[in-house]
Amino acid sequence: MSEELVKIQNLKTSFRIKDDYYAAVDDVTLSVNKNEVLAIVGESGSGKSALAFSVMGLHNRAKIEGDIYFKDQNIPKLSPAKLNQMRGDDMAMIFQDPLTALNPLMTIGDQISETLFLHNKNLSKEKRRERVIDLLNQVGIPRPEYIYDQYPHELSGGMRQRVIIAIAIANKPELLIADEPTTALDVTIQAQILDLIRELKEDMDAGVILITHDLGVVAEMADRVAVMYAGQIVEIADVHSLFENPLHPYTRSLLNSVPNADEVQDKLHVIQGIVPSLQYLPRKGCRFASRIPWIDESAHEENPEMHEVRPGHFVRCTCHSQFYFPEENKEEHSDGIS
Amino acid sequence: MWKFIVRRLFVTFPQILLLSIIVFLMAEMMPGDALTGLIDPNIDPAAIEAQRERLGLNDPWHIKYADWVSGLVQGDLGQSFRFKMPVSDLVGQRLLNTFWLSVATLIFTYAIALPLGIISGRWNDTWGDRLITGYTYVGFAAPLFITALVMLWVFGFQLGWFPTGGSVAPGLEPGSWDYFVSKVQHLLLPAFSMAVITTVSTVQYLRSEIIDTKQKDFIITARAKGAPESRVYNRHIFRNSLVPIAAFFGYEITGLIGGSIFVENIYGYPGMGQLFLDSVLLRDFSVVTVVVLIFGIAAILGALISDILLSIIDPRIRIK
Repeated sequence: MSEELVKIQNLKTSFRIKDDYYAAVDDVTLSVNKNEVLAIVGESGSGKSALAFSVMGLHNRAKIEGDIYFKDQNIPKLSPAKLNQMRGDDMAMIFQDPLTALNPLMTIGDQISETLFLHNKNLSKEKRRERVIDLLNQVGIPRPEYIYDQYPHELSGGMRQRVIIAIAIANKPELLIADEPTTALDVTIQAQILDLIRELKEDMDAGVILITHDLGVVAEMADRVAVMYAGQIVEIADVHSLFENPLHPYTRSLLNSVPNADEVQDKLHVIQGIVPSLQYLPRKGCRFASRIPWIDESAHEENPEMHEVRPGHFVRCTCHSQFYFPEENKEEHSDGIS
Repeated sequence: MWKFIVRRLFVTFPQILLLSIIVFLMAEMMPGDALTGLIDPNIDPAAIEAQRERLGLNDPWHIKYADWVSGLVQGDLGQSFRFKMPVSDLVGQRLLNTFWLSVATLIFTYAIALPLGIISGRWNDTWGDRLITGYTYVGFAAPLFITALVMLWVFGFQLGWFPTGGSVAPGLEPGSWDYFVSKVQHLLLPAFSMAVITTVSTVQYLRSEIIDTKQKDFIITARAKGAPESRVYNRHIFRNSLVPIAAFFGYEITGLIGGSIFVENIYGYPGMGQLFLDSVLLRDFSVVTVVVLIFGIAAILGALISDILLSIIDPRIRIK
């Protein structure tokens, strides 16, 4: 059946602020299978990107504890040379902002060609060019021969994102990390880019970690979903269970915040408060407790752990069993309908 | 890119024309003329006035300007009162001296700025970086004429490594190898002492630009491709950091002109800077006008080279 591709165990990525280290990713354990899209959802600042960067080994000033097993290697323990061998070849990343993720002084062709060159020095120039044109075709760029010699500033945002995808898939990676690949794009382009990522995943039989805060994207793309809050995974389940039977208060609040087109709503649901910043994050107890103050404190665990409530469906802390949305919200809601 | 260069050249000509008009008008505005002060005071003022009329000194400015320019393009730059020789002969040799001094200074400037800027920017906030930034602050603060004097005293007089004046040792055959070596020897110390000071701004620019570029998203893209650090720096960061350095090049040339005035005087180096100061002090205006014009043209050409370099480095500047 599904084959495990990446296994992350007790990952803790900490950044130094003044003299202390603060964990942006705290005790994350998860796995990604081949030919599977694992979506990681959460608010800004929940540690999604920090997690992705840890997997790619792209943090240069962070302290990384725990293990990331991928292809019999433990990524945090790899030497820079070995890491460079894997990056861009076995694993690759699609970035958030296509407008800044390309070198403004290099032609599109050279930028894609570089990743081919870095992992196969024997490939002749002509062969590389051929392959780049192939890739440009594959990601749906018209007139690839012409685009090859263009510079990034001559292309639209959607086209540039396609180029970034071409760079990522150039060496047919087994693991593809997409860090909010559609956030900076027009809605019309978003769907095209997502379709493209899905197609490529099928072609390459790759595992995909899709980082997003857009639940629409999750519903469309993901096989499994991990919900992150304040550096921790609070719920992880396959996409159907998560949308049909969300458990953790945070997941439920997130889903509740999505406006529903079938209902008339006066007010959008908002989650009270903000994600506490790294320095002021409570390191004990349920991290979401401060944002659901109407829930009795006894509902939370002292040291919240992941509980498997159904096969493959994990949720952190016990507070979900007693969680409800406050009354006033419901009243406003029903007023809106009548 | 050729289109860009040609277009840029077209802009340069009107610039030079405008410069020549301004220089001419400023020279016109200066009190006195060729027949003031030079002439025996016993001569009848009416005779002097007649001479003025004959020489065309009473003509309106545009006619005098046309006269002057037509002389200029034919290589007639006028006569120097002090040296009693054509300005063109006077300027010729000195222009060449200053040109070589400037070239040597530029080479030193970038030979110092590039490695220091790169080290400082790549390993910022280390001891090496602090040492280099410390040097740049001293460089900003120390006036060129003090540094040049100190260098002259230490390396010229105390250690005796370099000659202390002139542009070539006397009695050597022009064109011979010894002559060439002597020329270079005379160049090194003035060029180096000028470069040590003028380079600091370039070091600072390069440093901050590298630190800035290091954090750009496309650098993460390069790392994610699996590029080793050396390649990330050489291919991606360095070239992007050169853009403002190229833009700064024109300004650097202008700075050289100011610097050469000090340095040539301190080292007794017979170049344009020295000629300029001497001529101003002695009110040798036909020389001053020509020297200012040449300095102006040098600044305009510097800007031109700067723009062309920029267009080579940065595709966004080229015109389609």
